[in-house]
Amino acid sequence: MNTLFREKKANAKKIMFKSIDEYPEVPITLGTTLSNFTGDWRNFMPVVDESKCIKCYICWKFCPEPAIYIKEDGYIAVDYDYCKGCGVCANECPTKAITMVREEK
Amino acid sequence: MPKKVISGNYAAAYAAKHARVEVVAAYPITPQTSIIEKIAEFIANGEVENLEYVPVESEHSAMAACIGASATGARTFTATSAQGLALMHEMLHWAAGARLPVVMVNVNRAMAPPWSVWDDQTDSLAQRDTGWLQFYAENNQEVYDGVLMAFKIGEHEKVNLPVMIIESAFILSHTYDVVDMLEQEEVDEFLPPRKPLYSLTDFDNPFSIGALGTPADYYEFRYKIAKAMEEAKKIIKEVGKEFGEKFGRDYSQMIELYKTDDADIVFMGMGSLMGTVKEAVEILRSEGYKVGAAKVRWFRPFPREELYELAKSVQGIAVLDRNFSFGQEGILFNEAKGVLYNTGAKPIMKNYIVGLGGRDLTVNDVRKIANNMKKIIEKGELDKEIDWYHLKR
Amino acid sequence: MELPADVKKRLTLPAEEHFYAGHTACQGCGAALGLRYVLKVYGNKTIFTIPACCSTIIAGPWPYSAFNAPLFHTAFETTGAVIGGIEAALKAKGYKVKGEDGIMVVGWAGDGGTADIGLQALSGFLERGHDGLYIMYDNEAYMNTGIQRSSSTPYGAWTTNTPGGKKHFLERKPKKKVIDIVIAHKPAYAATASVAYPEDFMRKLKKAKTIKGPSFIQLFAPCPTGWRAPTDKTIELARLAVQTAYFPLFEYENGKYKINMPSPSKEPKSLEDFIKLQGRFKYMTKEDIQVLQEWVLSEWEELKKKAEIFG
Repeated sequence: MNTLFREKKANAKKIMFKSIDEYPEVPITLGTTLSNFTGDWRNFMPVVDESKCIKCYICWKFCPEPAIYIKEDGYIAVDYDYCKGCGVCANECPTKAITMVREEK
Repeated sequence: MPKKVISGNYAAAYAAKHARVEVVAAYPITPQTSIIEKIAEFIANGEVENLEYVPVESEHSAMAACIGASATGARTFTATSAQGLALMHEMLHWAAGARLPVVMVNVNRAMAPPWSVWDDQTDSLAQRDTGWLQFYAENNQEVYDGVLMAFKIGEHEKVNLPVMIIESAFILSHTYDVVDMLEQEEVDEFLPPRKPLYSLTDFDNPFSIGALGTPADYYEFRYKIAKAMEEAKKIIKEVGKEFGEKFGRDYSQMIELYKTDDADIVFMGMGSLMGTVKEAVEILRSEGYKVGAAKVRWFRPFPREELYELAKSVQGIAVLDRNFSFGQEGILFNEAKGVLYNTGAKPIMKNYIVGLGGRDLTVNDVRKIANNMKKIIEKGELDKEIDWYHLKR
Repeated sequence: MELPADVKKRLTLPAEEHFYAGHTACQGCGAALGLRYVLKVYGNKTIFTIPACCSTIIAGPWPYSAFNAPLFHTAFETTGAVIGGIEAALKAKGYKVKGEDGIMVVGWAGDGGTADIGLQALSGFLERGHDGLYIMYDNEAYMNTGIQRSSSTPYGAWTTNTPGGKKHFLERKPKKKVIDIVIAHKPAYAATASVAYPEDFMRKLKKAKTIKGPSFIQLFAPCPTGWRAPTDKTIELARLAVQTAYFPLFEYENGKYKINMPSPSKEPKSLEDFIKLQGRFKYMTKEDIQVLQEWVLSEWEELKKKAEIFG
């Protein structure tokens, strides 16, 4: 899986308890938020035009999720499972290589 | 074993030292201050090692700092009184909710206004629903023993809850009495280092503690605390018994019964006033009264079963409350009466409001109460349920 | 994830992520970005304390955490005290605090939890000299409770309890200068930072980890939700706040002030560039904007003087 969190994402799962005996003694967390796919919050999706991308990684730097990762070829990609569609990446991209496209649901 | 003539506050400080506490965060308030002064003196004199003392800027921060320290795995101690305890209130819930066995000595002092620095139990009893265990000491020895047991009980793997050891303003806090202290090796053997349920230093397995709990889960975590409190009754008895076997002072009973076996009337109460009551029982017995005393050591968890056993065999219980819940009645009376409601044991119970704000309760007062109770039992009905006993009329 | 060497070379921030996606911050949240940076720089060997604030939610509802580091959730007003307690416990137990391989103790609180209800505990933390870092992420209102004004809310800003109306807007108090209160304690290190300048923020975080004693960073973190701004303008707003001198970047150490680039080197940009992107300022008249503009410039002049005299 070519994402930022790799096996951590793959291993992330929803945790639910059916009986009191399964609960820990204290409210300490037992998993990560990676099981929560926030991508369905999105109205606009960032679409990357690699022909314009200069690999400056400014979008990667400013993603608050983070949902932007760097592929092996050095171009960036978006993990749409998490991207909430805020548009910061598109706004900050110096070459306008990212456009926000309304998503049909 | 080294005997020393010391105040209740020094007994608390020595116990904290002998328990090898690692963090103390505290704020001054009369009549607690000499506890933390003494601990600071231990540090200044190099009598303790690996003890961090945090002189915080309020009691709220005292408890917050203790919570941070305890969550980092340290054995943690603090002390306060009255207004300070009230200021801590929010964080008392936090300590219990995060299951941190902080030990705190509270010196019972009346809440203002009017300003008062004298003995009154309403400050600590107003914290009864915070999830803390509460132990009321009768004398300086019990302050010392109580603090040592508090760590062992609170840190027990089946408990993991904070413990409040409560002593009376001035009557204990500043009154010198013989305290039979333990050797450091004895304490070390009785109280090994803390094994925390979790620690924030667990970097290999990082977690957050206290995150948002939705209605789907919050309920279960409350039940866990309730269960730990129930479990604590067993642990209190075990530890109290072990303490007795090792050091000759038995604390296996959550209610200490004094000459109740053949008693018709039992005086029930908590804290230092029960010293006076026990002495009164001696005297009244020599005068032919069939009276006894029941000293409630542990108010939380509440000793329901022991109270029921006692109530089965007596005709009347005079509950002496050095506290009051406005709009209701004395707090111990309220709880004791409630416990017995669903049992077969229904002795006549009357509530005497005594000693608020440090007013003395004397042996003669106890005699008057005994006479009043005798009359009530003969008649078979209460003259009134709540008696503001000392009131100037 | 192992990145190709030529890619890694071009990154201006550490590649490692210790802040997990799937968290529940709003779209374009400046605070979430701030947390991502702090976790990037400090990594896993960091104990966080977070009081009631947006980050309580961002960090994950039980049983999930967005942090690859230990985190203690605490009550609103207690951040300074809790990090003091944690640091005391680490010392008592013989752990190494700070330094290259030591444990970092971080308090992360909002402006309400710092400038208002937590000010006392912050003061105690600074005054007692605990070896930790307190970060106030400043989004200029109580956002988690639904956008109410804090003492860090600027003049003229709409919030739900300082609404704009037909006749008046209610927020007529200037933004409280928490950093000045902090510096009055003469801490080991104090600085302002912005999510728009993560490299500058990173340098300041590193400084706070090496210096002995208490540190404080006030991090400007725009809130599109509360500022009634488009979600893609977070960085642009944070950048404009610096360029207009509304929120200049500077640091304080050993009694010395130093203004950091990219704060304006010549004339600051007009404040209107910053204001017009935000719906929260829409009740302001031209005169009101002038009031805020004058305040910004006078504070900026004062800071420049401090940097000159105590530079």
